[in-house]
Amino acid sequence: MKDKREKIIELVDITREFEDGVVAVDNINFYVRKGEFITFLGPSGCGKTTTLRMIAGFDKPTSGKILLNGEDISHLAPNKRPINTVFQRYALFPHLNVFDNIAFGLKLKRFDVVYQDKDGKKIKKIEKLKKSEIVAKVEKALKMVDLEGFEKRSVSTLSGGQQQRVAIARAIVNEPEILLLDEPLGALDLKMRKDMQLELKEMHKKLGITFIYVTHDQEEALTLSDTIVVMKDGVIQQIGTPTDIYNEPKNSFVADFIGDSNIFSGTMVGDKKVRFMGHNFDCVDDFVKNEKVDVVVRPEDVFLMDEGKGQVNGKIISSIFKGVHYEMVMTVGKTEIVIQDTVERKVGEKVSLFIKPNDIHIMAKNFSSNKYDGYITKKNTVCFGDGEFECDVTQLYPNSILDEEGYLITENGEKIDLTDVDVNVEVGLKDIEISDDADLGGAIGNIISIIYKGDHYQLIVRTDENEEDFVLDTEDTWNENDRVSVIIPKEKIKLSLKQEIKR
Amino acid sequence: MSLSKEKQGGVKADKFKPAFSRKQLCIPYAIFLALFVVLPLFIVVYYAFTDANGIFTLNNFISFFTDATKVTTLLISILVAFLVTIICILIAYPVAYILSKMNKKIAFILLLLFVMPMWINFVLRAMAMKELLSLIGIKLGSFANIIGLTYDFFPFMVMPLYSTLIKMDKSLEEAALDLGASKTKVFLKITLPLSVPGIISGAMMVFLPVMSCYVITDTFSGSTGFTVIGKLIAWCFMGENGTMINTNGGATISLILLVIMFVTMLFTGGFKSDENLRGTNL
Amino acid sequence: MKKFIKASYIFIVLAFIYIPIFILIIASFNSERVMGVWGNFSLVWYAELGKVKDVIFNTLLLAIVSATIATIIGTLGAIGIYYSKGRAGKVVKGMSQIPVVNSEVVTACALVMLFIILGLSNRSIFGLYVGHIILCAPFVVLSVMPKLKQMDSSLYEAALDLGATPFQALFKVILPEILPGIFTGFMLSITLSLDDYIITAMLAPLGYDTISTAVYKALAHATEQSGKTIPIYRALTTIIFVITLIVVLAMNFVSKKKDADGKREV
Repeated sequence: MKDKREKIIELVDITREFEDGVVAVDNINFYVRKGEFITFLGPSGCGKTTTLRMIAGFDKPTSGKILLNGEDISHLAPNKRPINTVFQRYALFPHLNVFDNIAFGLKLKRFDVVYQDKDGKKIKKIEKLKKSEIVAKVEKALKMVDLEGFEKRSVSTLSGGQQQRVAIARAIVNEPEILLLDEPLGALDLKMRKDMQLELKEMHKKLGITFIYVTHDQEEALTLSDTIVVMKDGVIQQIGTPTDIYNEPKNSFVADFIGDSNIFSGTMVGDKKVRFMGHNFDCVDDFVKNEKVDVVVRPEDVFLMDEGKGQVNGKIISSIFKGVHYEMVMTVGKTEIVIQDTVERKVGEKVSLFIKPNDIHIMAKNFSSNKYDGYITKKNTVCFGDGEFECDVTQLYPNSILDEEGYLITENGEKIDLTDVDVNVEVGLKDIEISDDADLGGAIGNIISIIYKGDHYQLIVRTDENEEDFVLDTEDTWNENDRVSVIIPKEKIKLSLKQEIKR
Repeated sequence: MSLSKEKQGGVKADKFKPAFSRKQLCIPYAIFLALFVVLPLFIVVYYAFTDANGIFTLNNFISFFTDATKVTTLLISILVAFLVTIICILIAYPVAYILSKMNKKIAFILLLLFVMPMWINFVLRAMAMKELLSLIGIKLGSFANIIGLTYDFFPFMVMPLYSTLIKMDKSLEEAALDLGASKTKVFLKITLPLSVPGIISGAMMVFLPVMSCYVITDTFSGSTGFTVIGKLIAWCFMGENGTMINTNGGATISLILLVIMFVTMLFTGGFKSDENLRGTNL
Repeated sequence: MKKFIKASYIFIVLAFIYIPIFILIIASFNSERVMGVWGNFSLVWYAELGKVKDVIFNTLLLAIVSATIATIIGTLGAIGIYYSKGRAGKVVKGMSQIPVVNSEVVTACALVMLFIILGLSNRSIFGLYVGHIILCAPFVVLSVMPKLKQMDSSLYEAALDLGATPFQALFKVILPEILPGIFTGFMLSITLSLDDYIITAMLAPLGYDTISTAVYKALAHATEQSGKTIPIYRALTTIIFVITLIVVLAMNFVSKKKDADGKREV
């Protein structure tokens, strides 16, 4: 960021671990510049609200520092911080009317005034705000939120939107340096939410103070913010402007969370060439050859053409009119891809797709295990990666057993036929062994890549038919292009159901 | 903004401790309870297991359970308390049920009528019933006792039952009707099981107090000498003229009552503190 | 038809409750001491209420003072329990349940033994008040607790956020929010104290009578001197009944007015 404005608040190595051992926020670092509109975005439980509560002072970090204008405020009581909050469900005081709610903070304010008496001696006095000042400030705040004339109304008689405005007025009337907003629009209906978004943006401009906003709504974050902080599991995934985050997501989580996207598992096959959907695409990102990567393609970046004219051929399997565009799903082999286009293609139509190189976003994959789509066979083995493997199907249902006929008996005594059930298959890198003997393993392929990782080698075995890859760690030495069979012990194959089986 | 420097560099010790915490507000109450509720119970246990010289003994219990009059009184107390509780449930349940199905406003007024007698001192109420009984010629004795006890305790039963019934999700009953249950079935299979917590907390308001409430039995027994276990405890501390004190004997019977209380709590699973005891939520 | 059965059932039960009271009220205007014999209409028993004025005063003072103290420590206790998440809160909550489920007679005799072991007199005004506070405070906690639970948990934080100290937040936000619960707890404490017989009988100094103990004595010794006061208590019952009726009607009126106000505002 080239922004030269000074940092107003900075979080340094902040961790918050709850008493039950849950780490809500895990060693996060970031800063906010004066006057910025920054949004924490993430699914529920990602630590965004905890972060906000630590800035407000309701929660204390287990370790780390919160600096406000360079001073450590980590353990300062919330009432001593020049920060005000707009709460999720407004937290308006039900026993006070609109005026008294807004004036609550002002009435509590005390400040030192230094007078000089006749002898020139300085006398320090603690003073309150004058009643007329309070009235003037409340009026101004009410005007700001378009609620003039509501002073005497009881808060319980206000609509959700009006309560929201009172909550905002109650916070900004204290002229905080930072305004915290904890999913403030969550309880409003869609139309109201859109209106309030614009008003908040307007208000931010007028007040010129720093806004820190928390939401799980990506569209809201994109609309409002100067900067977005995407969080997941207490860890910051990416910090950037809305355009950065949308166009250059750092990982598949961000890509998936922000906007609609197609995410594919791909492999780099050459210099700026990536293979996914069984085709080698040109791209603009540089990665090492044979590296496993995530490929993100936005639905609006896919162009549909007549069959044979694009890069990959496929078939349209669904098409829904969404107002401005059609949202269509196309299958290429077993892969599905979502496409948004203003021209409709009929279901069943054979088409071809085209993706421009700079619309293909490639992200390093944090590769810790092999994942496959598979299905269970009649013999209760599992087929994936161009092979068939023995597996333990009882892990699909807790406490289930297999009867002698091969049916699965669940905990509740239900009998399930697993044949042709689709499953997700996961195999760890260390759980795969390879052998020269072609008959030993469940799948056969060639070693296409060997990378030395310090104390072991990471190998990729690629099958012939569908070019499925097995990535494995081994201490043995192999040569590239060796033909091997892939052996996976029965107990190391982790299975999960794609969807509940209909009984 | 006034983030004063003194605050920042200030006393490190209070960094983690705010000047006052909401938890600390219960300290006076906790001390009060520990001193006047918990400690005395330990003293009860102590006295129950010692003799007049403070030496450990089980004689207090032996002499209680070998004394036929005392054991009979205990058994009769349990029997009477049980009977009165059942009668109160049988009278109060239909009242609560009918009220819960009524127009809310009328139900509220009727409910007030049912709980209003609780504001009149219960000895005065017992007096009223006693005078009525003597007026219509019902003799003092066990039958009069049952009527008197029911009369005094039954209003306590209405509130918990009513509040449980009114809180119940009405759509459950509708769902049962929708699924083809008859009205009787709906009541037996849905309404009644769901109102068990209310029945339990109502029963707790009746069962134990009846066993200890010797005022009513004294009033309605006349010369029949019918009494409840509470009287035996009170006797140990008042004697005939209020001076004679038998702490060991009193403690023994108190402990027996405490055990009965625990047993009933075990059977009923205690009662939910959120229930409307004595109309706490009226 | 069903409606008729329901209505008559309610009517019969109400009659069961009120007939004894009404008969007592009628008898209070009877110049004769004995119920069955009708002398003249007379207010003589009302005129004699002065004879039991000490008893009435003792009862009311005891009820108001112990209810007030119970309300204060009970309310603070409830707030403390609600906000202490750990074991301490559970322990206090557990202790608070004891007097609720325990028989009054056991509570009273345990207290007597405490005073004896401490070498204090087993009958004293102090002990009497302690006993009544024990009786009432747990019910205050039970009345306040639901209001704390209903309260939006971020209100307290909102007050701190706006610059209130924890103390100010307590007084300006939490207390006003739970006020209805505190009021219910107080009223309940009054009725509990007024209704109590056993604790008073076992802990009050000899010769110190409340309505409960005085009426008990009058009933137990109907033929003796104290028995002569029974007709006076008929008059007292009538007065209490009328006061209760007025309070209930007033409450009903207030709640109706509230309803109406609510509707207007919406």
